[in-house]
Amino acid sequence: MDALYREEILEHYKYPKNRGKIEKPDITSFDTNPLCGDECRIDLKIEGNRVKEIKFDAKGCAISQAATSMLTEMIEDKSLEEIKKIGKKELLEELGLELGPVRLKCALLCLKVLKSGVYGIKDWPT
Amino acid sequence: MPLPVETIRQDFPILSRKINGYPLVYLDNAASSQKPKHVIMAMTAFYQASYANIHRGVYTIAEEATELYESAREHIKNFVNARASQEIIFTRGTTESINLVARSWGDKNIQAGDVILLTEMEHHSNIVPWQLLAERKKARLKYIPFDEKGRLNLENLDRLLEGCKITAFTLASNTFGTKNPAKEIIRKARAKGTLVLLDAAQAVPHQNVDVVDLDCDFLAFSSHKMLGPTGIGILYGKKELLEKMDPFLGGGEMIKTVQWDHSTWNDLPWKFEAGTQSIAEAVGLKAAVDYLHHLGLKKIAEHEQSLVRYAMERLHEVEGLTMIGPPASERVGLVSFYFKDIHPHDVAAVLDRNGICVRAGHHCTMPLHKKLGLEATVRASFYLYNAKEEIDLLIDALKEAARFFRK
Repeated sequence: MDALYREEILEHYKYPKNRGKIEKPDITSFDTNPLCGDECRIDLKIEGNRVKEIKFDAKGCAISQAATSMLTEMIEDKSLEEIKKIGKKELLEELGLELGPVRLKCALLCLKVLKSGVYGIKDWPT
Repeated sequence: MPLPVETIRQDFPILSRKINGYPLVYLDNAASSQKPKHVIMAMTAFYQASYANIHRGVYTIAEEATELYESAREHIKNFVNARASQEIIFTRGTTESINLVARSWGDKNIQAGDVILLTEMEHHSNIVPWQLLAERKKARLKYIPFDEKGRLNLENLDRLLEGCKITAFTLASNTFGTKNPAKEIIRKARAKGTLVLLDAAQAVPHQNVDVVDLDCDFLAFSSHKMLGPTGIGILYGKKELLEKMDPFLGGGEMIKTVQWDHSTWNDLPWKFEAGTQSIAEAVGLKAAVDYLHHLGLKKIAEHEQSLVRYAMERLHEVEGLTMIGPPASERVGLVSFYFKDIHPHDVAAVLDRNGICVRAGHHCTMPLHKKLGLEATVRASFYLYNAKEEIDLLIDALKEAARFFRK
């Protein structure tokens, strides 16, 4: 069990970073995972093309919550160009988990939401 | 004599598998059942000895294959007590069976403004085909509501049946486990001249289903939930209705004659069986039906009833766990539940670490979950090979999950 829910994952799940909403976000993006009903919203405040503030509001399992929390940490202070370079590989490395195809969707919803926000695209392909 | 569970377990090769060093505890039977060696061997033997395409060849193995395929139909006919084997149509599964009726019967008989009556506890496969039909025909969908215990509220049934051409509902809910009062609904539907389709996917594998006694017009179920292979299912339909319906799919075998500009249709049931069918699957399904018949559906139902009663008693012990649906006595052998503070996926992941297979999600009943204000639940569903000891393992693992995520 510890292989899936290692300490750091549980830590992010129980005490997520950057949870909440931004009053007037420059970028906001929302999506769901119809398979399990997970929901994820990410709000960004941008200053000089860099992330000034980030908040997320999400419903879902421990993996999806932890992944979203970690992703928001990864992009603090990053430029939009740098964010565009973050992919599935980078997020999964940060998570440090080997996930099957079903749980992978839990972990990657936040990335889909972030990317579609940053690119201003509604339907980002997973 | 109760069901000989220990002997039965020997018949299912997969049950001796270990997951993470733990014995496999398979509690996802409402999604799909495991297969006894009788089914696996019947299919293997067929491929090794008699495989050929059916209805066409004049050589020995083609005749053997045809005979086996048609005798599977005969076994199904007896299993659900249909009057004639022409009333048993092989499809790919419950979903296709319902789609067949929605298309072939629906397109011909449903008009703008007609009502199609479903219930709020239907599986998506008994909602979406009707939504598509309603859209094509500008018909209206209505739903029989369920109450806080997951029972159908039939108070306004007569009113809901006004202007209703067909009602389609499940014999047993795949999420609540509720056994629905089918006969009462059918009686009232009959009085209004409304046709009835029963989704029997969660019923036929677990209890005696008699289409004559029920007096339904259509009945749909799947092989893979009743110990048989995937890729094959059944539509039962009253002969006089099926005869008046147009074909669902066009192609080989479903025709009598084909000319450049038109064709004529084959007799029942082949009119609805276009293309090469799932032949080995029919052979496997026949073996599954024989297996179930040999043990007796009544005994199987009693065994599952005792399992669900025990499971619900013990689930009460788990802190923070809420069950949905009616009391055990009104259920088939399944129970869905949730923790307020632990996501169903996380529960299922912890159970999987202990070799326990349950379903976590919306079980293809999204509107039902939405009405309850839930995104998802965990479901444990039982079958003839499940033992009380497996429920004990489930309870231990649930307690462990609760500890783990709350520590």
